[in-house]
Amino acid sequence: MALWTFFGLREGKATTPWPRRGEADGQAGVLGMPRFAPEHCQEGCAACAEICPTGAIAPRADAPGGIAVDYGSCVVCQLCTAACPTGALSPSHDWAFGVRRREDLVWSETPAPEAEPAAGQRAFRRSLHIRHVDAGSCNGCESELQALNNPFYNLHRLGIFFTPSPRFADLLLVTGPVTHAMLGPLRATWEAMAEPRWVMAVGTCAVSGGIAGGGYACGNGLDGVLPVDLYLPGCPPNPAAIIVALLTFQGRLPQRVLGGRHAE
Amino acid sequence: MNGTEAATVPCAQMAEIARDLFAQGGRMQMVYAWHPEPEVTELLYFASPPEGGRFLLWRCRPEGDPPSLARIWPSLGWYEREIMDLFGLAFANHPEPNRLVLSEDIPPPFNGSAPARASRMADIPRPLPAIEAPEVQTLPFGPVRADVLESAEFTFFYIGEQIIHYHPHLFFKHRGMEARFAGLTPRLGTVWAERVSGVGSVAHALAYCQAIEAASSCQVPRRARALRVLLAELERVYNHLHYLGHLANTTTLKVGEAQGKLLEERAKQINARLTGSRFLRGLLAPGGLRCDLAPDGWLSPALEELRAETARYVDLLEHSDSHLDRLITTGVLSRNVALDQGATGPVQRASGIDRDLRRDHPYAAYADLPLVVPVRSEGDAYARSAIRAAEIDAAIAMMQRVLLLLEDGPVRADCTPAPGAEGLGWAESPRGTLFYAVHVGADGRLARVKIKSPSYSNWRVFPFTVHETNMMDYAINEASFGLTIAGCAR
Repeated sequence: MALWTFFGLREGKATTPWPRRGEADGQAGVLGMPRFAPEHCQEGCAACAEICPTGAIAPRADAPGGIAVDYGSCVVCQLCTAACPTGALSPSHDWAFGVRRREDLVWSETPAPEAEPAAGQRAFRRSLHIRHVDAGSCNGCESELQALNNPFYNLHRLGIFFTPSPRFADLLLVTGPVTHAMLGPLRATWEAMAEPRWVMAVGTCAVSGGIAGGGYACGNGLDGVLPVDLYLPGCPPNPAAIIVALLTFQGRLPQRVLGGRHAE
Repeated sequence: MNGTEAATVPCAQMAEIARDLFAQGGRMQMVYAWHPEPEVTELLYFASPPEGGRFLLWRCRPEGDPPSLARIWPSLGWYEREIMDLFGLAFANHPEPNRLVLSEDIPPPFNGSAPARASRMADIPRPLPAIEAPEVQTLPFGPVRADVLESAEFTFFYIGEQIIHYHPHLFFKHRGMEARFAGLTPRLGTVWAERVSGVGSVAHALAYCQAIEAASSCQVPRRARALRVLLAELERVYNHLHYLGHLANTTTLKVGEAQGKLLEERAKQINARLTGSRFLRGLLAPGGLRCDLAPDGWLSPALEELRAETARYVDLLEHSDSHLDRLITTGVLSRNVALDQGATGPVQRASGIDRDLRRDHPYAAYADLPLVVPVRSEGDAYARSAIRAAEIDAAIAMMQRVLLLLEDGPVRADCTPAPGAEGLGWAESPRGTLFYAVHVGADGRLARVKIKSPSYSNWRVFPFTVHETNMMDYAINEASFGLTIAGCAR
């Protein structure tokens, strides 16, 4: 044991000071949601919509550029950025997509102002306990959620904890498209939580079904299953994106995305 | 099917073929069904040949109930049960004809016109033993478990510390992924393959792309094949580092856990810096890579640093008696059980079975690279962890070699399978043997994709190391197998 104590002392601190100080969020190079600039769209071009695997991009005559973009369905595959002839959809590092309202994920010329945290949410800004339920994910989201407690992100320092029992949880964090077999256990977990209780959909599967939604075994995410208080699309969302989303939920950071557009 | 040595036989002959294969030292890998024409069902049996060479395939069209081979090859038992669930086909004389992947009695999703098999066969979703002794307690655990874990339900029958019988129920997460491929263009299928098992994105996409390439008989350019090795080995490294950290967690070696997971994080950050994705997604495409990678100056020193830190970390683990005490002789898997039940990857190599697709059936650029395949014979949790630790070192050495020898050139060839083409692709994922079999329809789109994932194989094996052991070792033993549930349930 002494071996490990000396090892730990000599290694020093591995935790990033971000998000309190500095920019070291650990996501150098990570590609996020493609950025949409409809002013570059060509008349009648729908190359992006034709390649989009989940219908996140769809032709719509009355939308700017003739294209409607819903980041709630985006699986970050980057196929549209390669297909677009003009750069109207371009690769970006915009990954902090946690929002309170589902419509904030839909690209809009005239985004609505940020929604206020619901009554009582701010009371949890110093301490938040989370119960996670995997409702049929590919394990990508779990891999990033598990990373939150590695020494680099060290989620505990922000007063946010995962708890084994739904009885002690304030927030239910759900991943996956909600398979038919997980619907019952998911609802039972939510019902076991004491009020006030909130729900966060993590990953594009939980937001909209992603690539797995529908079919004989799956639903299409949490809408219509549980009331969702925070949506975080991504495939999977990286640990920093999850941290920003949790702090947004607590009212400790402003929401970065409005009308499908990421603040600079 | 391209990539295989194929024969068409009557289904009744399969039992004899299976026995001969066993006698010759070959190995059954999987069986699956599909509909070559509406109302026609065909079964495809895949096997590894006794010596190297092409994979063996037998096709048969059942008239009536085909014979179950699960008594000859126990490892086929789950495949047959899955076919019963999804195609409404019954196998005659199956030793455990219970539901496997579907939790409720719904019409077979691949064949809605077939009768639900509930009326034909025993239909208990969880075949638990009837134990009436009052001193035996039952512990159902899950599907929602402690901490951030994948959903699955485990049932323990136990007395005090002693586990008498253990049964995992692993298909709460069944998403019907194989069915989701149907109707996609071969190019788009890669997006789905990358999302079958998140921490196996590269291996799944690689096996899928190679199946499409086999179906199209196209040649992947040399540079793309080398870069595919780089991606596959990066995936192996971050997975194995996570494994070592998680294993240290189960033996309550907290600093050891933190260090393993920190190294995993560094590996994932290297992935992102190189490819834009921490899971190395969005690079592979049928015919090569979507775009070229520029692993210039920084990558080689970054890998060398990771290798040195990992070596130091593994050395510390090797000197932690409390850790080793919990691993040595825990969860012993004998060579026979590993063979019979179909263990794969580091799990089989820790039980003395020297198989690795990268060497035995080389793909990408593996044939041109020096490959070290660590093998041990103890079959315990320690052996399984030692195999993985050794594989990290070997993987980084191989990546350095790839970087050294990397030649300029194109990274993508045209690769469009003809209507009706079929192909088999495979990859040695961090968890073991992964196969993709693809059938292209008359419209050039995917008609059927079958995935044989390593966790499906190893979960089948795992309970054999749990029965008649004790509760204190369970979590350690489970961690030592390094399983995923998403890959198993698909």
